[in-house]
Amino acid sequence: MPNIIVLVKQVPDTNAKIVVSGDRVDLSSVKMVMSPYDEFAVETAMKHKEAAGGEVTALTVGGAGADKILKDAKAIGVDHIVRVEASQEMDSNALQTVLAQAVTELGGEVVYCGKSAADTGAGSTGPGLAERLGWTSVSNVIGATFDGGFSVVTPSGGDHAKMSLSLPAVISCDKGDFKVRKPNVKGIMQAKRAAVDVRSIEVPASSITVVNQSLPPAKPAGKTYEGGAAAAEVANLLRDEANVL
Amino acid sequence: MTQTIVIAEMSNNAVHSSTAELVAAAKTFGGEPTVVVPCVDANQAAGAANMGAGSIIAAKSGAFTHYDAKGWASALDAVVPQGTLITGASPQSKDLAARLAARRGLSVVQDAVAIDGNNITSPVYSGKAMQTVSITGPAVISVRSNVFAPASGGAGEPTIVDTTGDVATSVQEFMARASERLDVAEANIVISGGRGMGSPENFVHLEAIADTIGAAVGASRAAVDTWEAIPHAMQVGQTGKTVNPNLYIAVGISGAIQHLAGMRSSKYIVAINKDADAPIFQHADYGIVATWEEALPVLHDSLKSMMG
Ligand SMILES: Cc1cc2nc3c(=O)[nH]c(=O)nc-3n(C[C@H](O)[C@H](O)[C@H](O)COP(=O)(O)OP(=O)(O)OC[C@H]3O[C@@H](n4cnc5c(N)ncnc54)[C@H](O)[C@@H]3O)c2cc1C
Ligand SMILES: Nc1ncnc2c1ncn2[C@@H]1O[C@H](COP(=O)(O)O)[C@@H](O)[C@H]1O
Repeated sequence: MPNIIVLVKQVPDTNAKIVVSGDRVDLSSVKMVMSPYDEFAVETAMKHKEAAGGEVTALTVGGAGADKILKDAKAIGVDHIVRVEASQEMDSNALQTVLAQAVTELGGEVVYCGKSAADTGAGSTGPGLAERLGWTSVSNVIGATFDGGFSVVTPSGGDHAKMSLSLPAVISCDKGDFKVRKPNVKGIMQAKRAAVDVRSIEVPASSITVVNQSLPPAKPAGKTYEGGAAAAEVANLLRDEANVL
Repeated sequence: MTQTIVIAEMSNNAVHSSTAELVAAAKTFGGEPTVVVPCVDANQAAGAANMGAGSIIAAKSGAFTHYDAKGWASALDAVVPQGTLITGASPQSKDLAARLAARRGLSVVQDAVAIDGNNITSPVYSGKAMQTVSITGPAVISVRSNVFAPASGGAGEPTIVDTTGDVATSVQEFMARASERLDVAEANIVISGGRGMGSPENFVHLEAIADTIGAAVGASRAAVDTWEAIPHAMQVGQTGKTVNPNLYIAVGISGAIQHLAGMRSSKYIVAINKDADAPIFQHADYGIVATWEEALPVLHDSLKSMMG
């Protein structure tokens, strides 16, 4: 019966307007939520437990404000909620070092996380944590099956590949074509009473520091073309200028 | 001066042309970057010639047959010199960048769009802000494509080095991508059709493009109200869904205020409409004045060739 850990991070609601004051993004009036892909990680962790038994622990590294998303995870049905106290800015190296130690302390055998956090957009944590633990990792996973061995589905070229792997492993979850469960009344009541297991782990120094944050340069005025052939040019601009493909 | 190493961006077992951009990015640190090509057959490294490298290493291993994060990171770590590593920013390359960084105890900066000395800029908060960080010592940096002008010249002949990797996963099967439609409210790209599509059957042209680029298909209220086959779940606008994708493509949609209410915050808007005076063009980043019959096939072909 696996000891399952799911990483959750608190981030600004993705619908929120991002404002900058001075040279930093100002999040003081922004609603904070669980990073969207982490919801798929929680769901997949719960499915793993249903199929194989064991217990699910939701783990976050952050300040006391992040207790809210741990309670959200508790309401959905995780067994334990753990927060490693940290308020400073951490680079990937520092964060992953802390997470690796926490996962080891908790005796985790499989870790689920989001494919990327909505604030950093990085996608570094899952593979980086796995490397530090010496574990297998698969990223951008859109589905997992637990019967007859462990396998996950991930995009590969234009298709999907079903990969089999053995534990221990870190699985970074993308949006799958399944619904994530919502908390029920009982879960919400339990979450209210649940205590967060707060731990402290020494944070190593970061070799990367934030210099400034700013709003992206204003969007240039629109361009208009005559005739359908221009669609080829527009496709190129979408890739090269807009960077949206 | 920092020693820099570029991990070649691979596509279909060949060095992808964007590798020359990564070399250009590496050159901003000074010196002559080494390009390391992960390959199964050393011939695959030939494509790295003339991309501005000081030297080329063909890292040859059976581990590079399919992407496996642990296998690739261990096989590359054995042959990649110490220094700052530059990779591409495709999902696979970002994954590799993170694993390689962790393997060497370095930090990683993903999706760089500018490098100025030791200051690296990348988008954060889904592109709603830009962040510049400063690195001290070696790091791993993934670089977005189409940012740096490709480097050229330099080394041609690779040095072949055999390596082995600790492959931890195996592919059971490849499956065609599921064609299940995404929800417009959750997709990063939405392509919507309006009454100008003429009939609900013509939405297959939108669906085909959606499948190519991983988009959801939406509709205007006029399309939903006129045609039973177009469900309300697809409706974008004041009385439909509000969407905030990176890219919104409006086809045969006039751009009424109630439609705009649901999509105007999209990061980029493309409009295809035969009427040059359609209000949608005032909100489009890229407008194409043409019928969809004319524009969509061209668009689809271009996107298909881009997506490879
Ligand atoms: C209270 C209220 C709420 C509403 N809520 C919504 C809502 O949620 N969402 C919404 O969309 N609307 C909503 N509407 C309706 C809205 O006002 C418009 O009527 C509707 O958006 C028009 O849809 P359309 O652009 O598809 O159709 P039209 O206005 O008929 O435009 C069709 C367009 O297609 C173009 N065209 C025609 N043939 C071609 C061709 N072959 N190739 C290319 N272009 C072509 C035409 O030039 C035209 O611009 C609401 C209205 C009200 C009053
Ligand atoms: N501070 C954190 N605490 C817990 N999990 C985190 C934290 N930062 C990142 N993660 C996890 O790692 C994923 C990817 O984050 P990132 O590498 O920043 O894109 C997130 O979706 C979370 O699941």
